[in-house]
Amino acid sequence: MTDRYQTFTRTPLGRTLVKNLGLPDPTPLPRWTEGSAVIDGQVVFGAIGETDTGKAIQALLRDIGASFSTAAEGVASSTLRPKALVFDATGATSTADLTSLQRFFSPLIRQLGTAGRVIVVGRTPELSATPEQQIAQRALEGFTRSLGKEVKRGATVNLVYVAPDAQDQLDSTLRFFLSAKSAYVDGQVVRIGTGQLVGNDPAAPLAGKVALVTGAARGIGAAIAQTLARDGATVLGVDVPQNANDLRKVIAKIGGNELLLDVTAIDAPQRIAAAGADLGGLDIVVHNAGITRDKRLANMRTDTWDAVLDVNLRAPERITAHLLESGGLNEGGSVIGVSSIAGIAGNNGQTNYATSKAGVIGLVQALAPRLADRQLRINAVAPGFIETEMTARVPFAIREIGRRVNSLQQGGQPVDVAETIAWFADPASAGVTGNVVRVCGQSMLGA
Amino acid sequence: MTETRKVAVVAGNRIPFARQDKTYRHASNSDMLTAALNGLVDRTGLGGQELGEVVAGAVLKHARDWNMVREVVLGSKLAPSTAAYDIQQACGTGLEAAILVGNKIALGQIDAGIAGGVDTASDAPIAVNNALRNVLLDINRAKSLQDRVKVLSRVRPKDIVPEIPRNAEPRTRKSMGEHAALTALEWGITREAQDELAYRSHLNLAAAYDRGFQQDLITPYLGLEKDQNLRADTTIEKLAKLKPVFGKGETATMTAGNSTPLTDGASAVLLSTDEWAAEHGLRPLAYLTHSQTAAVDYVKGAEGLLMAPAYAVPRMLQRAGLTLQDFDYYEIHEAFASQVLSTLKAWEDPIFCKERLGLDAPLGEIDRDKLNVNGSSLAAGHPFAATGGRIVAALAKQLDENGGGRGLISICAAGGQGVVAILEK
Ligand SMILES: NC(=O)c1ccc[n+]([C@@H]2O[C@H](COP(=O)([O-])OP(=O)(O)OC[C@H]3O[C@@H](n4cnc5c(N)ncnc54)[C@H](O)[C@@H]3O)[C@@H](O)[C@H]2O)c1
Repeated sequence: MTDRYQTFTRTPLGRTLVKNLGLPDPTPLPRWTEGSAVIDGQVVFGAIGETDTGKAIQALLRDIGASFSTAAEGVASSTLRPKALVFDATGATSTADLTSLQRFFSPLIRQLGTAGRVIVVGRTPELSATPEQQIAQRALEGFTRSLGKEVKRGATVNLVYVAPDAQDQLDSTLRFFLSAKSAYVDGQVVRIGTGQLVGNDPAAPLAGKVALVTGAARGIGAAIAQTLARDGATVLGVDVPQNANDLRKVIAKIGGNELLLDVTAIDAPQRIAAAGADLGGLDIVVHNAGITRDKRLANMRTDTWDAVLDVNLRAPERITAHLLESGGLNEGGSVIGVSSIAGIAGNNGQTNYATSKAGVIGLVQALAPRLADRQLRINAVAPGFIETEMTARVPFAIREIGRRVNSLQQGGQPVDVAETIAWFADPASAGVTGNVVRVCGQSMLGA
Repeated sequence: MTETRKVAVVAGNRIPFARQDKTYRHASNSDMLTAALNGLVDRTGLGGQELGEVVAGAVLKHARDWNMVREVVLGSKLAPSTAAYDIQQACGTGLEAAILVGNKIALGQIDAGIAGGVDTASDAPIAVNNALRNVLLDINRAKSLQDRVKVLSRVRPKDIVPEIPRNAEPRTRKSMGEHAALTALEWGITREAQDELAYRSHLNLAAAYDRGFQQDLITPYLGLEKDQNLRADTTIEKLAKLKPVFGKGETATMTAGNSTPLTDGASAVLLSTDEWAAEHGLRPLAYLTHSQTAAVDYVKGAEGLLMAPAYAVPRMLQRAGLTLQDFDYYEIHEAFASQVLSTLKAWEDPIFCKERLGLDAPLGEIDRDKLNVNGSSLAAGHPFAATGGRIVAALAKQLDENGGGRGLISICAAGGQGVVAILEK
């Protein structure tokens, strides 16, 4: 699934045309490769006053061996080419403090390197101590979302809200957003709460964990299976018998286990639980299997509607419910849904699909608070345009628009969704629950 | 209502089954069913007699054969005053026919009847496609020669392509084998287990011929004395060499050796009350005591196409107050080795039995030495509607030979259906 236009823009003729005609100029995004550092380059850290969160951030930067300088205000310099700008805004107690954003970023932003990272860390607005603080914190969202649209050359801007006393939970999230693993996650807001402190090996964060991945035979599911296995998990890959050959290939490569079934089968939850139990119980559950059956509502047939809701929403709902009820999910377990920007923005011809994908968000929101006291978590990714067989079937013109209408002007790769899921799955992300993170290159749809 | 009467299986007969386009390539369904029926009439000395009813059917049938069974009866050695009707329930046709005849006997509506089935894969009804059919119908309606020529000029080359009936499900467009291949994957049925089952089928059928068991179950036809598909000398090694024909890639396990071939053939079974049998100098071989049908929704992929017997059997067992282990013989029609093995595995599976069948405990294992002891469809072949009669006759005889016992019959059918029954003596 190559993006021919993007390849063309890298040729001499392509470069000339792009420049002269002002065409979209997507920067090839580097992806994380095994063994590479979290971040390769300079980090500039800024803050509004000294806070515990700021200290935690600096400790992490030291931990990952990043060369970083701190500055309350940005300083323009011709030699500086920072790879990341990290700003601790938790200290903003009133709107007056927002000035610091401009003071810090304006001089620096033009110098941000290729595929640079901007991370603003704030205090979860709802958990602010005063109304003034809440207003100031909520304001951060407008800043990061706009800056995401301004930065060039494949850079991303994201906002991390951290709850009071949850700064010790920042590690896995900062690692993710600093690294190339978050290449296609842009303009997002995540919330981090308190949780158990888990000290695991960042090189194999999922070692000893068992991960269920539905729809693992191809596309995004295959990438999820590979990425979770790379991070040390034993994968139980599920797909329909029709895709047995593809599933076997994926599973053979990562040395996991396969289970051929239709997730909508009446006994699918029990079969999955039994297969999981054979492996010592499930720690990670990724509901990736999904289908589209696009039709305008006026032409929608009952079976077309049902098929999409059954696979995309009812199956995750039933499987999750059974695993929770039967104890098939181990303590510290993590459930991950795969929603879609269609579920957020809506889409012409996708009433069934968008209903199902919005329902996945509902599943996250309904279960997250209920699971918290059992040390279980649930989050979802909402992919935008990802280059897979599913999107290869989309007519050319619509596909071309889908690819370009985002800040990064290109489609994402299955691995981008997979890396986001791996971050959710990481036991060190104990404070990450109830989040729906779009993997969409900051798509303009539904933003 | 009065007490129901016992339904005896008194005799059975079939013609040897031939492979498609071989010995029976010019025989019609009516020819073959007549041969099977006359063989049964000869052996039981019923020539010229009037019976309560003859019920039979064919799966692949020409439109002109709309009253096939009655026509066959008229051309047979039975009295022309014997009533008859056609039925069709795909591969379950033959067994369903026996159940229908048995039910009328049980209710006292008839005293004796014959159930049968026939199918030809060689003389299959070829239809013209819809475009050509419309043209032909219009020609028929046209008034003048000129009009006819005008209508005829509408024919396009593509219209002349005939529609040959495929062994495919209308709703999924997948062949039965492709459906079975998916079920095999779901149940993790290995190639080795399938070949082993096929091997035993050939071995058992060959042994049945050798010991003369088939003597009074078969009437030779068109020079054929044994089932043409039977390979008495097959080995596991030979079966293992065959290339998969259903499914694809490295997960494909179903070959021409462990799947039934397309076959031509016919069978008939005589059922009656004890009294009627005695009056005619005949004796019950066994009794048809229970039966059940079930169907599954295979269209949405929620259940395998050929898994309905897995549902029918437990329902029947519950009514009969029996367990799966209370049988001396199991006759599970071998549409595909994988289908038999998937069904057996499902009955052993606690999740299937609980979630899909609603049972507290699995039905459990069966003693494989009691399975298809005289061979089944993998060896004999499977002329769809004729299989039920073959099984009922052979199992009844086996029970009689054994001096009593109980046998289970299970037949899967296209359309996601299953027909099952119990014979006892
Ligand atoms: N590709 C995109 O741009 C995009 C965007 C938003 C969301 N998504 C979501 O991401 C997920 C994966 O999408 P993809 O692009 O990789 O699609 P895909 O069609 O390439 O792969 C989906 C996989 O799920 C399996 N599957 C479907 N129904 C199943 C069932 N009933 N039981 C078991 N397995 C089943 C399929 O066999 C297939 O292997 C889906 O949930 C999809 O809705 C994709």
